[in-house]
Formats: sequence, C-alpha cells, structure tokens
Amino acid sequence: MTVARLRLGAQAVAVTIVAALLGLLIWKVAQGESEVTTELARGGTPAAPLFTLERLDGKGDLALESLRGKTVVLNFWASWCGPCRDEMPLLQQGSERWAGRNVVFVGIDIDDLRSDARSFLERYGVTYANVYDGKSSTVGRYGVTGVPETYFLDAAGKIRYRIAGPVEEAADLDQGIERARRGSR
Amino acid sequence: MKLLALSLLALAFVGTAAASEASPTAAELESELVCPVCETTLDTSDAPVARRMKAYIRARIAAGDTKSEIKGKLVDQFGSTVLAVPPRKGFDLVAWVLPLAGLGIGVVAVGALAWRWSRVRGDALPAGGEGERLDPKLERRLDDELDRFDE
Repeated sequence: MTVARLRLGAQAVAVTIVAALLGLLIWKVAQGESEVTTELARGGTPAAPLFTLERLDGKGDLALESLRGKTVVLNFWASWCGPCRDEMPLLQQGSERWAGRNVVFVGIDIDDLRSDARSFLERYGVTYANVYDGKSSTVGRYGVTGVPETYFLDAAGKIRYRIAGPVEEAADLDQGIERARRGSR
Repeated sequence: MKLLALSLLALAFVGTAAASEASPTAAELESELVCPVCETTLDTSDAPVARRMKAYIRARIAAGDTKSEIKGKLVDQFGSTVLAVPPRKGFDLVAWVLPLAGLGIGVVAVGALAWRWSRVRGDALPAGGEGERLDPKLERRLDDELDRFDE
C-alpha cells in the first residue's frame, strides 16, 4: 500500500468519525426537547404520547389509548417528592368531585421504588388509577421538567393544558379540566 | 514458587468476590448503583430518591439477599441505567466494546504512522554514511564558488 493511499484511507476514516459524531450530536440535541414541550410553547395542542404501564394496584396494565373519549388528568409524581404529598389530597378530592362526568384521573409514579409508591397511595387514600414508571419512559416524551407535573388531555387524547409544579388549589384543577372538556367539544 | 504465589492470589481474589456476592455491604452496593434523578452513584448522592434506595439496599441486605439479587431488583424497577457499570450484554455491550475498539484503532494508526515516518527518514538518509551526492552541475558551481573564495 502506498503512502498516498494510506493517507487517503486515514483521511476517509477521520472524516467518517467526525460525520458520525456530528450526527450523534444533532440527534441528541433533537431528542433533548420533546415535541410536547415545543408544541405547548407554541400554543398548540400536541397529541399525548401513548403508554402502557403496570398499575400499582396490581390489576394488570393500563393503556392510555383505552381512555380515548374521556377527559384525562395525568399527574406525574414520586413518593419522595414533598410537593406531591401536598397536592395529593387535592387530586383525590378532584377525582371524587368529577366522578361520573367522563373525567378520569391517572397518576404516573416516576423514579421511585414500587413499594414506596404503594405505601404512599395507601397513606393518602388515593383511589384513582396509578401506574408505575420507575424507568421514566414517559418523562422525556412528555417533556416533564420535574415532579409534580399535571397534564390535561381532551377526549381525542390531545394535551390542552399543563401545570408544572404542584396543583395548589381546587380551582386550578377545575380550570384545567374545563379547558380539556371545551377542547373535546 | 511464583506459580504457587499466583495461585494463592487468584484463590484469595475468587474467595473475596464470592464473599462479596453472598454477603454484600451497603457501601459497595452504593458505589455500584446510580441515583436515577441526579445520575451520580448513591454513595455521593443525598437526593431523596437516593436516600430511599440506600434504605432499600440495607433492608434487602438484612433480609439476606445476595448482591446480584439486590441489583436485579433495582434494575427491574429503574432499568439498567441504575447500574454504574453497564452489563456486558445486549446494547450495553457497546459501552465496553467502543473504548477498546477506539484504543485498538489508535494503536494501529500510531503504529502505521511510526512505520511510515521511519521509512521516510530511512529513505532520506544517505547510503553508506557518505554525504548526499550532489547534482554534477551544482557540484561544479560549488567548486567554482569555493575557488573564487580562495582567490
């Protein structure tokens, strides 16, 4: 092999490596922000990313798609999170207040131990469906910035409103639900 | 004698590893597992979830679980990203292979360059240790110049 060929080969390898690293960087940056975050910032109504996760009450899995046709209040939480403890009674009361009006509450427990999550739900007397996502598979897709965070989905599965941080008053919860219900009409 | 010493050393290592597997300490597990929120090892993290995981590890050790069982239970809940050192199988194998492949390519590249440079320098060296033979025209011109200088 001549020196010129060797040099050409080395250059080709170097260019390929640089192109691959550049591609990886672009992919990572594109992945960094979820479509939901981008759409919500634009004032849009992005489709809620679908998931099928294990229910914490041991009754199998829950698929978001199975709730199509209903207004869904989707709350991300963790048992070790202080503000999640504060808002949990409001969410439970909300689920009771909106029961029978085609509104479903779903909790998604993230970055948590399964046993801690179950104890938490028992301690706060939470009766609505809660699913376990210890691997945080939904976090990136929803663009969750931290816990707690609550999304309000219309009957078509589109995100109509989001509360980043704790729900502090029942009125905030009702406002989010009303927006989602209006979107469904 | 050396062979005996090496065998004893190997036996001691295997014995320690087996003891660590059967009766792990909280400290060693905390250094081998990662907090899913702050992404540092548990022993350096004081995040609420890390504190809960440390308590869980202690409870599992007290219950008699082996090291693999405890790690397995945490991987089941948080995924393989909870392991500070990725497993040597599946996609995680890339984390092991890529640095070694990079090192191999680097060694080959450096070797090839060194070989090339040594060849280039070898070609440039005059044969038999004599000075480089000049172009006859240039040699004549040099002689003329030197003659003029002597005058």
